[in-house]
Amino acid sequence: MKKLLRNPRFLFGACVLLALLFVAAFAPWLAPHDPMEQSLLNQLLPPSWAKGGDPAFLLGTDTLGRDLLSRLIHGARPALRVMVLGATLSAFVGILLGMLAGYFGGWLDAAVSRTVDTFMSFPPMLLAIVLAAVMGPGLNTVVIAVVLIGWTRFCRVVRGEVLALREQEFVTSARTIGVSHLRILFHEILPNLLPLVIVLLGLEMGRAIVVEAIMSFIGFSSSDLATWGGIIADARSYINQAWWAMTYPIVAIIIAVLGLNALGDGLRQVTDPVLQR
Amino acid sequence: MTPAYVLRRLLLAIPTLFGVAVVVFVLLRVVPGDPIAMMVPGEATPDDIARLREAYGLDKSIPVQFVLYLAQVVQGNFGTSISLKQDVLGLVLGRLPATLELACVAIALSVVCGVLLALSATYWRGTWVENAVDGVNSVALAIPEFLWAMLLILAFAVLVPVFPISGRIDPVRAVSFASQFYLLEALATGKFALARELLSHLALPAIALSLPLIAVIARVLKSSLQEVMVQDYILLARVKGFSDTRILTREALPNALLPTITVTGVHFIFLVGGTVLVELIFSYPGIGNMLFGAASNRDLPLIQGVTLVFALLFVLLNLLIDLTYAVVNPRMRQH
Repeated sequence: MKKLLRNPRFLFGACVLLALLFVAAFAPWLAPHDPMEQSLLNQLLPPSWAKGGDPAFLLGTDTLGRDLLSRLIHGARPALRVMVLGATLSAFVGILLGMLAGYFGGWLDAAVSRTVDTFMSFPPMLLAIVLAAVMGPGLNTVVIAVVLIGWTRFCRVVRGEVLALREQEFVTSARTIGVSHLRILFHEILPNLLPLVIVLLGLEMGRAIVVEAIMSFIGFSSSDLATWGGIIADARSYINQAWWAMTYPIVAIIIAVLGLNALGDGLRQVTDPVLQR
Repeated sequence: MTPAYVLRRLLLAIPTLFGVAVVVFVLLRVVPGDPIAMMVPGEATPDDIARLREAYGLDKSIPVQFVLYLAQVVQGNFGTSISLKQDVLGLVLGRLPATLELACVAIALSVVCGVLLALSATYWRGTWVENAVDGVNSVALAIPEFLWAMLLILAFAVLVPVFPISGRIDPVRAVSFASQFYLLEALATGKFALARELLSHLALPAIALSLPLIAVIARVLKSSLQEVMVQDYILLARVKGFSDTRILTREALPNALLPTITVTGVHFIFLVGGTVLVELIFSYPGIGNMLFGAASNRDLPLIQGVTLVFALLFVLLNLLIDLTYAVVNPRMRQH
């Protein structure tokens, strides 16, 4: 634990994650305005510190006079939801299939590996767009898109790792003393996968936030929520009048992605016995 | 590399393509909405709708639809677009050149920049140049291309307006092209002003696409160059009195290229896949953008067509990369 707190990457990542959780949890109290409230008198206000800014609208407003700060704060909610649900579901599906394929081999491995190959022969965004066409826009579509794209990454890495672990002595000896396959998988192999899974999870959470931003940018997320991608899409249409509007969500996403990646990395640096030597 | 090897690789592509066809079909047939209901006017009679369903083959059972669909696809018949009422294959092939031009420009840009970065980091190793290259690489890899695209729009279209942010060519320019390969055609017919305009439209999407690949090439090539630079034959070249530049480019580079090609091959595929998103962001009229339109209109045949063409492109690229390995790596020639 002490080591964790001395690891700068982990600290940075943890701060970002906590900030994200805090902002998302208390969005209605933190945001000065309703993110959907339009005010035609206050269209396209610049940030409050710039000339012509209004202190009531700290980061300025968009073309409909909606407060950008409030939209940014509320945008953390769908981002966090997609991040948590999307990344954990991808991890769950990918790890489970990867473990089964790597451990049992044979036709199961062949089937899983072929499926992974097939999914990887689509550009990820193509998969997401096709899915959106099928399911219609919405937050659930975004979560499923994240899982469809993300499970293969867990599956491939975990399968390869299990393939190597399966031949290790602690597994073969567990087999000889008659431990069941299920118990070996979850008690012997799974704990050894954890350092790897933690890093992948950090990367995946970052990716999930980006996928959420992209899907809301192209209008395939829920349209009655304030989303970071939605702010970017709006801002792109009036970019020549107010370029700054686009920078807030971009900076928010970049910090979130870098923070989540650092979190996974830092956790691994501290927990992985190999790296500590 | 024997013909048998090529044949085996080609045969291996078939299950993947079949899998893609299955995934697309399954995804699209669980559609909750009825695509026909969306395309007919309100006053259409149930009879009209039934006739349309029949025309698009939507009245048959799912397995029958799949077999029919597969048989059609194998014959190169991708059906008729519901929203545009044109032949899907024709539509996709009409847009494909734009995507290919974008991908090729981006790949060329990545290779040139990546190799230059790696060479300069090796030439000036241990100085601030190497640190700067390492820094650029980390930043380029850490930020996803969607955000790069947005940052590029902010930087080069708004704050310093040098490049246009959308389209392939200025819409007011009335130029007719004989082919869909605008850039290639402009270059081939010597219309350089036109080529310059096309390139300036390509600049931002190509840069956004190439940044991750530049970083990967620079990183991998740099590390293999540094491995090569301590070899005995480089020392010999030094003893012979060759210049540093010559040693780097003529002696070290050829030997360091092989691992770079092996490692970066898969990233070419990522780049081509990235065109979907980048085309959307920059309103570039390639097949990625067409897919977005098709998805918004729930145009099933068009979505299927674009997806299959993309999958085919991926499979072909994979094959090409594998064959390149076989050609450049002497150790693989026996297999």
